[in-house]
Amino acid sequence: MRPIKEWLDHRTGLQTAIRQFLYEEIPASSGWHQVFGSVAIFLFLTQAFTGALLAFNYAPTPGDAYNSLRYILTELTAGRLIRGLHHWGASMMIVVVVLHMVQVFLYGAYKKPREATWMVGVVLLLLTLAYGLTGYLLPWDNRAYWGTVVTTQIAGQAPVLGPYIQRLMGGGGAVGVVTFARFYGLHVLLLPPATLLLIALHVYLVRKHGVAPQPLDDQLPKQKFYPRQVFKDTVAIFVAFAILFVMALVARVPLEQLADPTDTSYVPRPEWYFLFLFQTLKLFTGPLEVVGAVVLPGLAILTLILVPFIDRGRMIQVTRRTFAISFVLLGVIGWTGLTLAAVKSTPKEAAMEVDYSAPTDWMQLSPEEMAGVAYFREENCISCHSVGDRGNSVGPDLTRNTIHKDAAWMIQHFKRPSAMRPGSSMPPIQLSDAQLNSLAAFLLKLNPDNATALSNAPDFATEGALVYQANHCGSCHMVNGVGMKVGPPLNGLSKRQSRSWVEEHFANPQKLSPGSIMPPYKLSPKDMESLTSYLFALPE
Amino acid sequence: MERPPAEGMSRRNFYIGAVYGMWAAIAAALGIPALVYLFFPPKARKAEEWVEIGDVTKLAPNSPVEMVFRRNRVDGWKVTSEKGTAWVVKQPDRSIVAFGPQCTHLGCAYHWEDSKNDFLCPCHSSVFGIDGRVVSGPAPRPLDRFDVKVDGNKLLLGALRRSEGHNG
Repeated sequence: MRPIKEWLDHRTGLQTAIRQFLYEEIPASSGWHQVFGSVAIFLFLTQAFTGALLAFNYAPTPGDAYNSLRYILTELTAGRLIRGLHHWGASMMIVVVVLHMVQVFLYGAYKKPREATWMVGVVLLLLTLAYGLTGYLLPWDNRAYWGTVVTTQIAGQAPVLGPYIQRLMGGGGAVGVVTFARFYGLHVLLLPPATLLLIALHVYLVRKHGVAPQPLDDQLPKQKFYPRQVFKDTVAIFVAFAILFVMALVARVPLEQLADPTDTSYVPRPEWYFLFLFQTLKLFTGPLEVVGAVVLPGLAILTLILVPFIDRGRMIQVTRRTFAISFVLLGVIGWTGLTLAAVKSTPKEAAMEVDYSAPTDWMQLSPEEMAGVAYFREENCISCHSVGDRGNSVGPDLTRNTIHKDAAWMIQHFKRPSAMRPGSSMPPIQLSDAQLNSLAAFLLKLNPDNATALSNAPDFATEGALVYQANHCGSCHMVNGVGMKVGPPLNGLSKRQSRSWVEEHFANPQKLSPGSIMPPYKLSPKDMESLTSYLFALPE
Repeated sequence: MERPPAEGMSRRNFYIGAVYGMWAAIAAALGIPALVYLFFPPKARKAEEWVEIGDVTKLAPNSPVEMVFRRNRVDGWKVTSEKGTAWVVKQPDRSIVAFGPQCTHLGCAYHWEDSKNDFLCPCHSSVFGIDGRVVSGPAPRPLDRFDVKVDGNKLLLGALRRSEGHNG
């Protein structure tokens, strides 16, 4: 081993370089407060790694982006985890970069001769935000599309430069294939090497000037970077990674429906770290809008860059930097207030959202089969039977094709289980014939491939299907190819009518579509909501 | 505050051990999912479907016919409809066999030689008998076969199965 090491060091100087890097002298006061920079670099590298993994299975065009991401989420093992790491890693990186900046600010570590280090750092913060902005579009779902529409509009408002920036973003205000290609190009081709270069410059500057000291440091012996500070940095990185990993496992990153430029009801919301800007924008209306959209953020960035020249005092003792501390507190209060206000004004519609990041085979079921899902859950069949890899094994696995008889056999079996299958300990199911029919229809459709998808059917869909069945909508309408054609088929309803139109139409069909023979329906508000949501979630 | 050197050393060793340990854990937590993600096959979306390719009654015994059909192929996140062919043979015992259209040597398209009564690959002269077995040439194993099902008069084709072993 040793001769190899010596040979390598002689030819490359690698070992000497590593030694120099690790045994750099740092002030005695260095410690836990200086770990954030290392964590930020670690998170950047993790983002590059998970980003490359995603790119291996992602097609960067509006036509394919959404489907390939769904493929990653629903069909690839660990795909959801990798996407979760990338998604939450982005948020965490912003948190850590800001914490790093606050620490440097509070300790006055930007003072002479470290002004350039600070300014490069501010540019790195802006790059981090640029990743967030460009990456937001890439899933190409409704959230991505409409969020980016707003962003490009805001950029277009910039004085003088607005139209040029908009043209650079591809297209005059409309978000389409060109915008998508440019955002993707920025996100994966331009930003990463720029970030790497600036990180290298930033670290070089930190090393050149040394870690910023505190007042008493010149009287104390210096310490080495390795191993004590390396240990502290590693602990911080480990904690950050553990939090990130748990979030990626536990917190589901939603995927909404495919971007729909004709969807007029969509209320776009930016990512949480941009919400304060979004709220600031609301404070300025009319001709003043440009102030909130461009002038204020622009001034804030300029001030941030010029901080070392604005604060020329010599005070670096953190406990005595009253002004800096109150400035940070003010910033935190302002940011929190604006963000909370934005969160409060976000309409609550999440309960009825369809999560497209999970298999959506349930959308292909007929209303009768979907009602069967509802009864299956109501009767708690899963407490004895297994369905795929879920449930118990007291009774047989219901996805096994061999146990499937015909519907008539199953209904008799539901009513008197032991008569059809001697020795069965299954209790009789107390449901009407029509309800048992639904249950049988659903069970006949079950197979190992769609079992997990069926357990994903949202509650509003099963409840909506129950309302649909109870009111015999299928005697006039068709859903997924099942039902009659007296009235219009209901697939694709969300493309033809608005929600409020449909709800009003139930109460008084003739008023909205003269000549219609549909009778009025008086539905409870809850039934109305479930039924409409169910119909709107149907595939086209 | 001079510490005895032994304690200083053990503290230093603790730092170094902990640093290696934590980095190993992080590398494993990133590396294992990455390998799983790259190497595990995607979950199959649908069971293999059967395609109808023709009428059984039109087949004459011992006279292979090349049949063309369209079937859906799952390709990553896409399902593409593509053309496929199979060499279909009615064996003397009236059972039906459908061979995959590629030579098992290097994947060239072979054809039936009526005069010689065997399948001939033009690339490297592999010759297969009517039962798909290798008669001569470099082909390492018999012709691959499709799963076959007969429903009334309809001939249905399932998945293409790789043939086992080698002969010839």
